[in-house]
This record gives sequence, C-alpha cells and structure tokens, in this order.
Amino acid sequence: MVNMIIDGKNISAPKDTMLLAAIRGAGISVPTLCAHEAVSRSGSCRLCVVEIKKGNRSRIVTSCLYGVEEGLVVDTKSDRVLNVRRLVMELLLARCPESDVLQKMALEMGAEPQPRFVADTDKGKCILCRSCVRVCEEVVGVSAIGLFARGSQKTVGPPFHEQSDVCIGCGACVYVCPTGHIEMISTGEKRKIWGRRFKMQPCDKCGKFFAPVDQLKYISKKTGVPFEELSVCTDCR
Amino acid sequence: MSKVSDIKLKTKQIVKKHKGDKSALIAVLQDIQEAFNYLPKEALITVGDAMGIPTSRVYEVATFYNAFSLNPRGEHIVKICVGTACHVRGASAILDKFERTLFIKPGETNQDQKFSLELVNCVGACALGPVVVIDTEYHGQMTMAKVDKIIGKLKEGAQ
Repeated sequence: MVNMIIDGKNISAPKDTMLLAAIRGAGISVPTLCAHEAVSRSGSCRLCVVEIKKGNRSRIVTSCLYGVEEGLVVDTKSDRVLNVRRLVMELLLARCPESDVLQKMALEMGAEPQPRFVADTDKGKCILCRSCVRVCEEVVGVSAIGLFARGSQKTVGPPFHEQSDVCIGCGACVYVCPTGHIEMISTGEKRKIWGRRFKMQPCDKCGKFFAPVDQLKYISKKTGVPFEELSVCTDCR
Repeated sequence: MSKVSDIKLKTKQIVKKHKGDKSALIAVLQDIQEAFNYLPKEALITVGDAMGIPTSRVYEVATFYNAFSLNPRGEHIVKICVGTACHVRGASAILDKFERTLFIKPGETNQDQKFSLELVNCVGACALGPVVVIDTEYHGQMTMAKVDKIIGKLKEGAQ
C-alpha cells in the first residue's frame, strides 16, 4: 500500500494503481471523458488533471496516467487545477460546440464558449480521445477503425474512409464514445454503422433481432461455440 | 499482368526484405513509396495482411507522416521552401512562377504526371534562400529566370 494526502485527507491505495483510481476510490469526483472502464487509459481528454506536490515543487499531471507514489500530496480542486481544467473544457467546447455532454460538463465547471477559440463546424462531436479505436483493438480485437491524418485534419473512421470488411457491427465503439459522435442506426433487421449495413440475426426462440450476423460469426470463430447456440438471444438462453 | 497484382507482388517482396518485422512498418512504407512514387491502396492492404498489422493501423501511419503520399505523384517532385528566410527572400514569387509554369497548385500533380508541387517549411539551407528542392537536388538563390531554365532542362531530360 502507498500512502498519500489527497485534498488534505490521508488516503492509501494499492501499489501500481493510477492516481485517478485512488482519487475516485477515496470518494472524490474528477471529471473525465476518455477514462472508460472498458479501455486502457490514454490521457487524451486532459480533464483529469490534478496538482501534485513533491517537496517544494508542484506540477499538473493527468491523474489517469500518473502512478501512485508514497508521500505524494495531491490537490484535485486547487485554483490552478480548476483553471487548467476550464481551459481544456473551453478548447473541447470550441471543437465540438454541439455536444450536449460537453455542454453539461462545461456548465458544471463554469466554462463558457470563448470568442478567442473559434468554434469548429466540421468536427461533429468527436474529441479524438481514441476510446473507440482502443475498444475495437483491445476488447473486440478486429481493429476496424483508426484515427487518420493529423493535426486539425485528424478524423476517426474505417481505413480509406470506406466500408470496412473487418468490422463486425458490434457497436462497442458507440458504447464507449463519451460524446456520442459515432452514429449507429438500428432498424430491426438492419443496422448501419461506419457507412456499412449489417444484417441482424433474429433470435431462434423469441424472434427478436438482437445482434449482427457478422458479430455472432466472429464470436463463434473466436470461442468455438457453434453458431446455432449463439443464435438465441441472451434473454431466451 | 494487371497493375494490382504487380503492386501486390512488389509489396510482398519489400515486406520479405524486412523479414516481416512489425516495427519496420515505416521503413517498409518508405520502400513502397520509393518503388511506386506513392502508396497505392492495394499496397497498404497487402502490407497489413503480410505483416499481421490491421489495415487501420497501416493507414494511420501512412496518413500521419507528410513524407508519405497516398496519391500518385509526378516523376519530379518540386519542393519550394516557404520558411521564414526563404519567404523574406521572395519565395512567394518563385512559388507563383512555378504555379504558372506548371499549371498546378501546391499538392497537385500536372496532367502528364511529370511534376508535383509541394511546399516545405525549411530545408536547412537558409543562406541559399529562396531554396527549391527538385527530387534530391538543391537549387539555391532561385530567380524567375532560373525556374524556366531548370524546368526546361527537366522536361528535356524526361523526354
């Protein structure tokens, strides 16, 4: 166990955990967008910043990527932290002015759209946190999508911005996306995601369309469970 | 033999040369660009399959670096330096001259696939400004008159 002082309270956390987990474990809330439980930490949304003090020096770190240390003094709500966080939020807000998630968060932390950060109109709700790309690679294991180009041109999508033939239409990317950028339209027997249409599998028992055929085929291939067994929805199993 | 199968074959040879080492992806892409003058879509897909890297990762790398081009480029690549020193010494006039002579804008390739025009922000030869790099050759202290001369020479050499 490692002992630290977080917001004036003595907190101990297991070794090899990240600061964010320790802070949240102590019941202190820290706003985040990219720290989804399903994917590895990436430090890309930059909202989890906290101030750490070691000796006389203090600095701002992303708590989701900073490992706990013995004797660390952490401040999660100092003026400096709140200033940095507000600035990050203002920039995110300028990128995705339409995101209701960001608007709500900004309201909570008192950030407002700034005239000096000209609002983007072509970025949708994507904050480029890479959560969707991570879940596709780490959890699903197909790596159907990526972040392409760089700088202001950077966009998320399937390679060549064409329909991906490795995508299984599972919608995990939609599930982890913090801002709801990714569009998935499900209409009973069909599902459309990343510009590709997927045929849905009806449940053998209740007839409800519950998963894309491609996803079930992929699961069957990965786990060795026969397809027939998978064509029954989780409610009827 | 179709062009696509040519590309696939050559790509596989290049991957083999690097022993399929995943960390050599950038080197592989550089070799492919050397062979085709750009990165053909088929080559990127083949690279992914042959090296066991998802196509999305290969495409991420290929689109990230400015040195890689996903569109066919001309035989000669004209890079005009528009860095601070060259700009002060009149790079914009030189760029204008190239645009009018070759009938293309930066990032484009002319119709007979002979020339591509690109902008760079410094080639580390500021004392020679304005600098234009054509293929691997540096042309320092560029003037309008020199532009015609160099392009004329390249056109002759190409024929």
